[in-house]
Amino acid sequence: MSDFKISRRGILRGTAMVGAGLAMPTILTRRAWAAGYVNEPTGGTVTLGFNVPQTGAYAEEGADELRAYQLAVEHLNGEGDGGMLGTFSSKALKGNGINGKKVQFVTGDTQTKSDAARASAKRMIEKDGAVMITGGSSSGVAVAVQGLCQDAGVIFMAGLTHSNDTTGKDKRANGFRHFFNTEMTGAALGPVLKNAYGTDRKAYHLTADYTWGWSQEDSIKKYTESMGWETVAAVRTPLGAGDFSQYITPVLNSGADVLVLNHYGRDMVNSLTQAVQFGLKDKQVNGKEFAIVVPLYSRLMAQGAGDAVKGILGSTNWHWSLQDEGSQAFVKSFGQKYGFPPSQAAHTCYVQTLLYADACQRAGTFMPSEVGKALEGFDFDGLGNGPTLYRAADHQCFKDVLVVRGKENPTSKFDLLEVVEVTPRAQIEYDPAMLGGELGPYNNGA
Amino acid sequence: MGNQAMNKSDLILLGAFVLVVLFAPQLFAPIGAGYPDLLQKFAIYGIFALGFNILFGLTGYLSFGHAAFLGVGSYSAVWCFKLLSMNPLPALVFAILFGGLFAAAIGFISLRRTGIYFSILTLAFAQMSYNLAYSVLTPITNGETGLQLAQSDPRLIDMMFGRDYGAVLPPSDLFGIEMTGYSGYYFCAVLLIVCFFLSLRIFRSPFGLMLRGLKSNQNRMAYTGLNIRPYALSAFIISGMYAGLAGGLLAITDPLAGAERMQWTASGEVVLMTILGGAGTLLGPVIGATFIKYFENIFSAFNDGILNQVFDFLPDTAREIMVSISSLFVGEGWNLTLGALFMLIVIFLPGGLIEGVKRIRTSVGKLFRGGGGDGKSPKSAPAE
Amino acid sequence: MDAILLQILNGLDKGGAYALIALGLTIIFGTLGVVNFAHGALFMLGAFCAVAFKALLTMQKISIDPTQMTAWGTPMEIRVPYVEAWFGDFGATLLDYSVPLSILIAIPVMLLLGIVMERGLIRFFYRRPHADQILVTFGLAIVLQEIIRSFFGANPIPLPAPEAAMGMIDFGAALGFDAGSVVYPAWRLLYFLFSLAIVGAVLAFLQFTSFGMVVRAGMADRETVGLLGIDIDRRFTIVFGLAAVVAGLAGVMYTPILSPDYHMGMDFLVLSFVVVVVGGMGSLSGAVVAGFTLGILQSFASMNEVKAIFPGIDQIIIYLIAVGILLVRPRGLMGRKGVMEH
Repeated sequence: MSDFKISRRGILRGTAMVGAGLAMPTILTRRAWAAGYVNEPTGGTVTLGFNVPQTGAYAEEGADELRAYQLAVEHLNGEGDGGMLGTFSSKALKGNGINGKKVQFVTGDTQTKSDAARASAKRMIEKDGAVMITGGSSSGVAVAVQGLCQDAGVIFMAGLTHSNDTTGKDKRANGFRHFFNTEMTGAALGPVLKNAYGTDRKAYHLTADYTWGWSQEDSIKKYTESMGWETVAAVRTPLGAGDFSQYITPVLNSGADVLVLNHYGRDMVNSLTQAVQFGLKDKQVNGKEFAIVVPLYSRLMAQGAGDAVKGILGSTNWHWSLQDEGSQAFVKSFGQKYGFPPSQAAHTCYVQTLLYADACQRAGTFMPSEVGKALEGFDFDGLGNGPTLYRAADHQCFKDVLVVRGKENPTSKFDLLEVVEVTPRAQIEYDPAMLGGELGPYNNGA
Repeated sequence: MGNQAMNKSDLILLGAFVLVVLFAPQLFAPIGAGYPDLLQKFAIYGIFALGFNILFGLTGYLSFGHAAFLGVGSYSAVWCFKLLSMNPLPALVFAILFGGLFAAAIGFISLRRTGIYFSILTLAFAQMSYNLAYSVLTPITNGETGLQLAQSDPRLIDMMFGRDYGAVLPPSDLFGIEMTGYSGYYFCAVLLIVCFFLSLRIFRSPFGLMLRGLKSNQNRMAYTGLNIRPYALSAFIISGMYAGLAGGLLAITDPLAGAERMQWTASGEVVLMTILGGAGTLLGPVIGATFIKYFENIFSAFNDGILNQVFDFLPDTAREIMVSISSLFVGEGWNLTLGALFMLIVIFLPGGLIEGVKRIRTSVGKLFRGGGGDGKSPKSAPAE
Repeated sequence: MDAILLQILNGLDKGGAYALIALGLTIIFGTLGVVNFAHGALFMLGAFCAVAFKALLTMQKISIDPTQMTAWGTPMEIRVPYVEAWFGDFGATLLDYSVPLSILIAIPVMLLLGIVMERGLIRFFYRRPHADQILVTFGLAIVLQEIIRSFFGANPIPLPAPEAAMGMIDFGAALGFDAGSVVYPAWRLLYFLFSLAIVGAVLAFLQFTSFGMVVRAGMADRETVGLLGIDIDRRFTIVFGLAAVVAGLAGVMYTPILSPDYHMGMDFLVLSFVVVVVGGMGSLSGAVVAGFTLGILQSFASMNEVKAIFPGIDQIIIYLIAVGILLVRPRGLMGRKGVMEH
């Protein structure tokens, strides 16, 4: 046992050294306090962190988000045609950066994994000095990064995230969402479904087996059942199942006449394509035309499903064919720069960047608590969704919701969806207490 | 066990390792990796790979499900934060304990088979854990979103000592030292050094020799009348505890535990780290872990703007060409670089990165000896 | 009863894909002793042969029409596919049948690819540890899928089945069920038959040709065959090519069922290893049997009645069965002693 003594002494020596080392970094972290808030920009530039999926299933959406961010930065710095800055109801931004500081950005890959997304966001905060993090294409990642930004003391402007939890159960003071959620989808889609398919319907749900899927299923059930529909079954499918045939065949003889696919991304592409393959679109049940509903549409994913989307109803946050001034300005500058129209993910990310910049400008600082207060209760227009409110109680944007249908005769590979109804904001508003959660206080990282 | 004193070369190795780990913030700063989060990841995944190496490097049993223990460690640590205390020490104890218990259960069953049959058994268990954690077990794991802290958590021990964190979600702290930033890194670093030391002791012990025997010839060992399974199982449990510890540290430095930590890709990652660095060597796994985490975090962050700065010294057209070529390999193309490097390294450095280190050292040594050395195998090399 | 029959059909269909991928993988295991993590990538490359073929057929002549504007204010591009412009109706038919026709492209492409892979990379790893094989083939798989992504993007690409195979076949009526109660998509039935045909062809090739005999002998005892003066290496190259073709064809024909994207190979990788091991290392028929068995059981586990009793069972059934079988039968269903046990 003589050797053990040596080693124990070794360990003790090692710990003593580390102990000495420990004193130093705590001083380093305290430095932030003196500045007032984390990563306060001191030079002539301010750094934003664009955290998007660059690999994995949502890579294409992530790429489109990044394009939108680059465009937004150009516009903020006064390059290009200014895009929606010209149509935005707030005129605080002058095209000379934010608070007179030129906007810079850093990028990172979330891989659509919470761990990777947080690691990437931490890099932006700890190493690159980012004062705001934005982006993402799934709710799990959005909630994870939002929590991190709250702890670190920077603002998080959510990208594409549709789960209620982001501004419900898991809401945080430092987090803000422009995108809509499953509750709004249900409220908007319900009446349209009633008009299209009547009140006497039997619905069969296939639901992706994770939080967003359940949230979507609940909302659709809630609004369809209240108008008289019956839910025959709600079946959970594993994420990334690929072949959904074993879940689709039970639908055939179940007596249901509507199939609701609470899937997103690749799951949506596959389940929809396969449901159509099983003849569900041309089927007659109970003397009615069988119908398929995809509550959350993405134009990028609709491309993957090809002809299967024709005639299928769903909802979306924004679509490039909208004719309002703001949308047209955005489509114009995006299309001219990249040669194709932006997706809804690109739109929400672009708008979020502008909203953040505008709030900083109005607050005259980048301090999260001040920026947050400038965003809270902020009424604006001209960003593509009509008059919009950033509600103070849950940091969620309230605006019109688009109900869309897969186009029968698309004129190009981007022209896949047509807007059938713009559900007015009043119809989709809900009480913030309904979704629970607690914003808590702002964290400036001091 | 461990009746011979540590030999000189081991002490030098350990000393060098300690120095590098303690001065990592300064050493890694020039290559853009000198910030706390990445350093924490280096240390944590280093521990994970060290533990994996005790199983795979010594016994040759290739587990494809080690991420399960990492995940279990994380979940137990976060639950400990929620229920008991924000102090990392109990969380670590629970993480190691549950990692070890889980490993004992899975190892006991899986080790009834060898070779690829063993690999698939471990893979199957880990995938089942992942799929269930993602969906059915959501009440325990919080599914896709991952297990998080909440203000309403009971934190019984903290309450008992009258610690109230107020309205803000608390970070984990060791008697007042917050486990974020550099203090979090040094906490991980100390544990990495301890784990490295333990791994060194295991490698040099009779137990380690026995494990190596399992690798070289299992049948012969069995014929000697020795029951080999307890040895393999011990190695499996030890490596499971290392993984649990690593998972616990992930939760301590960043209190969130997601199911994807248990996915087969995560299990595959530690296999890659170990092989890439050099399986069966002491230092290799840590080097492999550092290498992969570096690429994942730094290369993915390069975008055209940064590339333009890098090639700023070139004339415009040349710069544009260089930027468009190199942008294939960074940013969204970082996977391509990693895949290509895997191939190049395994083709040209059959012993992993550690072999590269050895070769450099040998050639440097030759240089110092006036090129006279005939490449005598460097006996001092502590890594096999 | 009709529900069960439908699930069996689903299982056979799924099993067909599993069996085809596993068959190639187990051939490589058995003959070359190589753990090929790039096998999923071969499946994906096969699917992208179909994508590339269709892209070729739909190559468009782009002319700019200055009278029309896009929504973002640039002149509209008028796109006319060459094939349709040149061949008219025949061109349209060609396009309709692009998926089955791309088999003709996939066979030579995959064969060539397999041979290049084996000669250029894999053969240097025959005597290296399995760990090195895993690292190099995994690296290769990543490189291959990233290359595909840089050409075709990350989104899934829709490839519909030919119009004629889009419909449903009233399967049950022939078996005495009520009309319309057991109907199944024609393409999926076709895929099942196709997989049977390929499996049969491969097994027959290895069983009844002298080439196959040598390969089987090589699988059993490589050294002795080498001592007999037979150039086993050259044959192994062809075997690798063959395995690549089988995986590729499985991919081509699967595209109407699963819109291909660059990542699909990784999704099938783990599964195909499980199938091979459950079937037993070194056993061709084992892989086929395991493929179909797992496919069918997975379908049954997804039935609502089963899920009501065991929630989440459909997510883990494959692994649960794998564990069960490996504990009862140490070398899988039909494994041989001594293959990949160390």
